[in-house]
Amino acid sequence: MDIDSILRNGLQAAVGIDAIVFALAAIGLNVHFGYTGLLNFGQAAFVLVGAYGIGIGVLYFGLPLGVSLILGLVASVILALLLGIPTLRLRADYLAIVTIAAAEILRLVARANSFRDVSGGSDGLSGFAGSYNALNPFPVGDYGFGYLTFDERAFFNIVVGWSLVALSVLAVFLWMRSPWGRVLKAIREDEDAVRSLGKNVFSYKMQALVIGGVIGCLAGFVYSLSRSSVQPDNYGTAFTFFAYTVLLLGGAARVFGPVVGAMIFWLVISLTDTLLRQGVTNDIIPSYILDGPQVGQVRFMLVGLALMLLMIFRPQGIFGDKRELMLDAR
Amino acid sequence: MAPPLKFLLLAVILASTIMPTASASAAAFGATAATGGEVLNVRLRSEDRTPVGGVTVTVTAPDGTEVGQTETDDEGVATFDIPEPGPYSVEVDLETIPEELAGLSLAQNPRDTRVDPGTPRNLNLLLATDPGAVRETASGWSTVPQLFVSGLRFGLLIALAALGLSMIFGTTGLTNFAHGEFITVGAVVTYVFNNIAELPFLAAAAIGIIATAAYGWVNDAALWKPLRRRGTGLIAMMIVSIGLGIFIRYVVAFFLGTETFQFREYAIQAGIDFGPFSLKPADIIGMVLAVVVLVLAALSLLYTRIGKATRAVADNPALAAASGIDVDRVIRVVWVTGAGMAGLSGVLLGITQGVSWNLGAQLLLLIFAAVTLGGLGTAFGAVTGALIVGILIDVSTAQIPVGGITLGVPTELKYVGALVVLIVILLFRPQGILGRRERVG
Repeated sequence: MDIDSILRNGLQAAVGIDAIVFALAAIGLNVHFGYTGLLNFGQAAFVLVGAYGIGIGVLYFGLPLGVSLILGLVASVILALLLGIPTLRLRADYLAIVTIAAAEILRLVARANSFRDVSGGSDGLSGFAGSYNALNPFPVGDYGFGYLTFDERAFFNIVVGWSLVALSVLAVFLWMRSPWGRVLKAIREDEDAVRSLGKNVFSYKMQALVIGGVIGCLAGFVYSLSRSSVQPDNYGTAFTFFAYTVLLLGGAARVFGPVVGAMIFWLVISLTDTLLRQGVTNDIIPSYILDGPQVGQVRFMLVGLALMLLMIFRPQGIFGDKRELMLDAR
Repeated sequence: MAPPLKFLLLAVILASTIMPTASASAAAFGATAATGGEVLNVRLRSEDRTPVGGVTVTVTAPDGTEVGQTETDDEGVATFDIPEPGPYSVEVDLETIPEELAGLSLAQNPRDTRVDPGTPRNLNLLLATDPGAVRETASGWSTVPQLFVSGLRFGLLIALAALGLSMIFGTTGLTNFAHGEFITVGAVVTYVFNNIAELPFLAAAAIGIIATAAYGWVNDAALWKPLRRRGTGLIAMMIVSIGLGIFIRYVVAFFLGTETFQFREYAIQAGIDFGPFSLKPADIIGMVLAVVVLVLAALSLLYTRIGKATRAVADNPALAAASGIDVDRVIRVVWVTGAGMAGLSGVLLGITQGVSWNLGAQLLLLIFAAVTLGGLGTAFGAVTGALIVGILIDVSTAQIPVGGITLGVPTELKYVGALVVLIVILLFRPQGILGRRERVG
């Protein structure tokens, strides 16, 4: 057992790209689900749109990176409008079914061979992050301290990613303490009461859907630029449910909930992953109990179990406030 | 707090006791490695889909280091132990392909691929004379009857699962995201008893369906009933069902492996020719069975005591309880029969498309589409919706030339059509075909 590398992997995962991506996706979900009570099961679609927005913008249309980013943002706004118009007037579970269906439609279309020229089929796109990496101001070398030492590329990704997380957190904090944010929370608690006060509930819900979607789109930017590739199957339904686990773990309707949730989620996933993997390679865990590919499946079992147990025993998450979130269907 | 936890543990144990018999067999398939890393399976076949053995395949990491080099076996498969997930490049040494296949090539060589944690990456490579060429598919109006019939068959199989989902929604208000796992459990238990315990297929199928019904009972008794008692909100329960679905899915993957299996007595049957279309005997039996079960379910909903009680609970649970109906018992019956029918659907689907750990999960959204189309919470709506979705999926792939352009959905996108219809339906008639306005709320 190499305790050193287990700790290193764990801590690096807690601040690494995966934690950043899921923190951003979950901040978006927090605006949808935590504050407004919208059951968006298609957050993966917004992330996909962001990631493919850059890839397709740069590679297919030959646009500069900055314009491609705007393309991704505009596409995510359009997606939110398209999803919202048919469903926001209906009951919560309709939005859930439509968003999950829309996310799968986008993934299936992105991986389709018929559109290989544009979106690269099931292999996805790669090699579009050149001008992003050229922006890296850090000279070659190692940055950080102790276990958290990264090379200049990884460090650049982390700095950019956490800056976006910080900006999103700040924005959500300011929005939610404004009168506008209080209307959103009121919609979550009792839609009809808000309507009777003369507020346009549909419009508020739509604004929340757009804002959460745009934050999800930022997650797609970080995801694709840090890997300099897009893979369609990374944006399946599992992505959305991981993001839900992150959100519920940290605490929905809390500004820092998604961030703390993402760090804990990836710390735990990485610790169990490396522990089990090392156990298997060093023959501490016999191969008839567990072998290589099964380690990855244990990760999903943990996520499923965590989602169930959290929702049953502690729906407010680690730092949440139970009064904030009654989680009841209308 | 204590009783639900106890029940939950019971559920977990019960759910996993079905599986141990399968774990012994998974090793026999030899596609998994005993090291700590991931697995990449490269399968090489020639144009007529026969496996090509004895060909050298090399896998290299992105930094150029060689991860492994091996020859494909008689099945055309070369298995690599990959140290960690990530992008890799697979190169086939075309010098080593058998002489009679000389001159054939691959669409991409070396081919870039990505190994993800948890699931072995299966890469299929096809040797062809002109790998870039698009294969001709049958087209025109003449293909429509065949597509209609295969869509009808698919629709009937979805209907078996959709009916249960819709009735569970109707009686409890829960949108059950773990419903696909009933299909998987039905198929997998049948596979275990058919292939490992070597029982005859019909006996194994009966055990599979009964086991799924029992699993439905456990679902309600151990999880949903305690949650209802506690007054857990519907949205919270929906998220619990997502967690349950993920958990069960990967428990199955853990013990069964991630390959697709065929039942022991599986054989490729010749279709019986009916003129404009042909059907395999197994498909005909499956369709007849599905129709019989659906009609029985419909008749019992309409005429039996428990069926009438079910409809009463779906209509208004409080009123039903006030009129002396045992609501909990009705809900229990709905879970058990709904699960059993989904299990039958799994067995029938397993015959045609093989048994795999995510058989049900792949179909879940189509089942949702069917139920929403027909009207959430209605029984006959779910069946109608399922038939429409099934037929639509297959018929939409007919390639029909109209004035120089070809209309039709590429086969790889056929599920997309059904999902788009789902969204459009919600735009114009959110209550579904047979639903009533007030359900939409």
